[in-house]
Amino acid sequence: MKIIFIMIGISFIIALFFLVAFIWSVKTGQYDDTYSPSARILFDDKPNSTLDKN
Amino acid sequence: MSGQIEKFSYDNRISRMFLYATLLWGAVGLLVGVLIAFQLYIPALNFDLPYTTFGRLRPLHTNAVIFAFVGNAIFAGVYYSLQRLLKARMFNDMLSKLHFWGWQLIIVCAALTLFLGISTGKEYAELEWPIDIMVALVWVIFGVNMIGTMVKRREKHLYVAIWFYLATFVTVAILHIVNSFEIPVNLFKSYSWYAGVQDAMVQWWYGHNAVAFFLTTPFLGLMYYFVPKAANRPVYSYRLSIVHFWALIFIYIWAGPHHLLYSAVPDWAQTLGVVFSLMLIAPSWGGMINGLLTMRGAWDRVRNDAILKFFVVALTAYGMATFEGPMHSLKTVNAFTHFTDWIPAHVHIGTLGWNGMMIFAIFYWMAPRLTKNGKLFSMKLANTHFWIATLGMILWSVAMYWAGTAQGLMWKQWDANGLLQHSFIDTVIAIVPMYLVRAIGGTLYLLGFFIFIYNILKTLGSAQAVHEEEAEAPALVLNNENHSKLSGYLRHRILEKKPLALTFWAAVAILVGTLIEMVPTFLVKSNVPTIASVQPYTPLELEGRDIYIREGCNSCHSQLIRPFRTETERYGEYSKAGEFVYDHPFLWGSKRTGPDLAREGGLRDDAWHFRHMKRPNSIYDDAYDNPPSIMPAYPWLITDDLDVSNTPDKIRAMQTLGVPYAEGYDANAVGDLQEQAAGIANNIEQLLSGTGEDVVADEIKNKEIIALIAYLQRLGTDISKDTNN
Repeated sequence: MKIIFIMIGISFIIALFFLVAFIWSVKTGQYDDTYSPSARILFDDKPNSTLDKN
Repeated sequence: MSGQIEKFSYDNRISRMFLYATLLWGAVGLLVGVLIAFQLYIPALNFDLPYTTFGRLRPLHTNAVIFAFVGNAIFAGVYYSLQRLLKARMFNDMLSKLHFWGWQLIIVCAALTLFLGISTGKEYAELEWPIDIMVALVWVIFGVNMIGTMVKRREKHLYVAIWFYLATFVTVAILHIVNSFEIPVNLFKSYSWYAGVQDAMVQWWYGHNAVAFFLTTPFLGLMYYFVPKAANRPVYSYRLSIVHFWALIFIYIWAGPHHLLYSAVPDWAQTLGVVFSLMLIAPSWGGMINGLLTMRGAWDRVRNDAILKFFVVALTAYGMATFEGPMHSLKTVNAFTHFTDWIPAHVHIGTLGWNGMMIFAIFYWMAPRLTKNGKLFSMKLANTHFWIATLGMILWSVAMYWAGTAQGLMWKQWDANGLLQHSFIDTVIAIVPMYLVRAIGGTLYLLGFFIFIYNILKTLGSAQAVHEEEAEAPALVLNNENHSKLSGYLRHRILEKKPLALTFWAAVAILVGTLIEMVPTFLVKSNVPTIASVQPYTPLELEGRDIYIREGCNSCHSQLIRPFRTETERYGEYSKAGEFVYDHPFLWGSKRTGPDLAREGGLRDDAWHFRHMKRPNSIYDDAYDNPPSIMPAYPWLITDDLDVSNTPDKIRAMQTLGVPYAEGYDANAVGDLQEQAAGIANNIEQLLSGTGEDVVADEIKNKEIIALIAYLQRLGTDISKDTNN
């Protein structure tokens, strides 16, 4: 039943990858603002738009 | 942080191409689905042809729907939303095109090979090894294109949808590669690297996560872009979207063993799978609730807007399916739902409801935006489509819930004497009417799909196409002061700016993972309890097993008896892990449309199998007015010669995998095969002589049917053999 440990190993690697990605995302301020991204996607990037770009 | 305003354009052509492909393959996949649904009600629709029997069409249906229909739709939506979320054109147009044409080539190859019965026998991973390699390559192209676009993005924040896309790419790549380890015999045939229980665990680790990371995460990502866009409301809680994303991906990868409850897998692994499956309710429902509540303030529009209607039903179906999944993972529920039609019901709530309705909504919203006009051809038709599709889905799933529950309970019913109340065929007869309702539901859904195709084609055809959509956004400028404080961020930024370096390290990471996985497989002797009397298959049985795989017998017949008295009474001693050590691949199956075959060996004589394969109902003619078996006939097995040209290669491949054939046995294999075949043919000739169905042994001894009978007669017999002499 070694395959179980092997698969747990791979699953851990995947999980680790996600953990690193998670820590990176928190550290780089991806989640400092948890409101404006949801609103921002509603605006298009049409040329000469009058929207105030941040 | 904002830099100079830059002008660029979004590539709409690639989304349009994937959209057309979705329409085409969706029609094919659903059409095959409707055909096989009717086959279960009218077996004559198998047409007695190898290419059109249920066993071969069922993998064709699942592959076409999952990887061709849903796959192309994912790419259409990802290519549309990713560019806009990152405010950047796709990394490389050539990669986009390679991705598109590569994926279509894979689909064509898949369709042809599955028709021909070229299959690995592993559910949702039936494609043979050359196609597996193509899938891996094209998938990497997709990933490089996506990550490359992230590198050149103009928006610092990675919107939650992008995280879902990334998780999809990374996890599917690893799952696909690990599950596809196989040893080729020739271009069209390979054997799974793993055997028996181990193969089962890898397969369902893959199978479950394929559902998680191919049918769920990309769609949640799409949901977070297209639902707010269609409702013109920001997502209900962005914070919730982040929390449920991370929770979902961390929990999902551990839930695979719930597909193998009561099997020969260790109890602790089963329990681990159950616990994580139950926990999955929270993040899954987090996503569903977040999606539904995004509609707040827009509910009045649901009345007229078919797009929002589709989203509401899709999210509701997602909520149902993700409630049902954890419930099925409970052992008590699993005990009577597993192997029944409840499982396809559950799956189709997910695919027809969640994936299908999401695709309809996304395409109705996106297609007009690929044109100058920007208007859907007919919202009225879209509403018609909505009601037909919803009705079809309800008919489909209610019929299958009914059938699954009824049959599951009938299998477990005792009579007053403590004997099984129902024979297997009686439980089939009881649910056949439900198969008709299911087929009608599927037909309605298909009808709706044709309306969808018409509406989308009219929308795209009646207005000028916008292949290049002009856009502008400020360039992303890095703030150097922040960098010195955040060295980790700095390193990542540098890495991000060098796509080659990133690809290299990603490849190294995957290789390390692969090595960690592969090395123990080579070095560690498996501690699956061995049973001394379990021996490798004879060459004839091995060839018969390959015919069993080719014809997809495992689509309808399981080979795993669970440790319940109702099952041991019906099928015999429950299955032990040690019985499957030479099974490359395992053939436990996941559905009992027909009875379990784990102990079929020796139950009936060779002539019974011969007549049964020729005409399944021949065995019921005396007992029933309307012969009840819904199994297709396999007349070509009786007329086609068995191809033994690969037998030595197969033996050698098995030896490489550690199956203990004697050294040099490949040279004697064909001789042994012919001797065993002659014995079976003679036996059939004797048994059938004077019955009016006489056969001549010399005429049938080299036919495929003999190999299949040899295999069936071997199934499950080893453990009762006396090993002392």
